[in-house]
Amino acid sequence: MVVFERPHALLDVPLHYCPGCTHGIVHRLVAECLDELEIEGKTIGIAPVGCSVMAYDYFGCDVIEAAHGRAPAVATGVKRADPSKIVFTYQGDGDLASIGTAETVHAATRNENITVIFINNAIYGMTGGQMAPTSLVGQVTQTSPYGRDPKLCGYPVKICEMLSQLEGPEYLARVTVNNVARVREAKKAIKKAFQNQIDGKGFSLVEVLSACPTNWGKTPKDALKWIDDAMIPYYPLGVYKDRSADQENR
Amino acid sequence: MAKLTFKTDSCKGCGLCVDACPKDLLEIAKDKINRKGHHPAQLKEGADASCVGCASCAIMCPDCIITVER
Ligand SMILES: Cc1ncc(C[n+]2csc(CCOP(=O)(O)OP(=O)(O)O)c2C)c(N)n1
Ligand code: SF4
Ligand code: SF4
Ligand code: SF4
Repeated sequence: MVVFERPHALLDVPLHYCPGCTHGIVHRLVAECLDELEIEGKTIGIAPVGCSVMAYDYFGCDVIEAAHGRAPAVATGVKRADPSKIVFTYQGDGDLASIGTAETVHAATRNENITVIFINNAIYGMTGGQMAPTSLVGQVTQTSPYGRDPKLCGYPVKICEMLSQLEGPEYLARVTVNNVARVREAKKAIKKAFQNQIDGKGFSLVEVLSACPTNWGKTPKDALKWIDDAMIPYYPLGVYKDRSADQENR
Repeated sequence: MAKLTFKTDSCKGCGLCVDACPKDLLEIAKDKINRKGHHPAQLKEGADASCVGCASCAIMCPDCIITVER
């Protein structure tokens, strides 16, 4: 009996990501959810600009490439044009939390019935490791060689906490994939974010703390540890909003 | 006894599967180089009999290299 294999919705092609980059794990979790919910055939993904720019080569569903940061706006158009489709965006932190902040906030406050997979790796991966809005205080990057100085660059943006102040969004959760148990938790959150859309509940975003060993200058193993040591203390894991569950408990 | 199959040619030698195995059954094959130029992961010699098929290695692999049967 097969207990683990590549999901059908993840095409059998090599991923271009660096060794140990956890973008690959998150791709697989999304594909597993498309398989289990039997929605691969009616799903449309929206790819970002960033390392995952070529996500369209990897998923079995249709994928549209959006301009940098505009994935939630493109997703809004696609979903409103054909509400029978399942629409998700897959975006990095440079894409979603910097150039695309406006699109993110407004799609959330409108409670667009879309699913957003947000990869927070605290860096601009694709362009060679510049500081992201999510880079931690003191984090050394190509553009903060002495560490991020909040006096100069402000503080890292906490997307889940920020969006949870809005009435609009249905579901906001932060997960990570740095060990087996957390990969399973991340899968549950991503599946819920898709199920919410199927049920018509609205904007569901899962933030995944993700490793970028290359631009963090760490081995894949140390990169997973850095998520525990540096990222989780500033970006606590958990559910930041779950409107339906809150209403049931009332 | 479980059976692991590695898609060795696409393995990037990142070692995350090695660290994930609770029974320490995997290793990076320093004496082998695959088509991508990486040292691929493999089961240690004689380890197949000890593999319980928990799939921890496969779950942590970013590149879907490992298929697990039980
Ligand atoms: C309009 C525009 N501005 C800037 C860029 C350059 N650019 C490409 S990717 C990127 C950021 C990528 O970082 P992130 O979204 O965190 O994704 P990652 O690569 O880390 O997965 C930037 C600024 C661009 N392609 N288009
Ligand atoms: S640069 Fe970072 S985010 Fe991009 S593929 Fe490499 S490890 Fe992954
Ligand atoms: S299936 Fe479990 S026991 Fe077997 S090699 Fe993988 S992690 Fe180790
Ligand atoms: S985790 Fe996957 S890619 Fe990395 S060494 Fe193991 S089998 Fe190869």
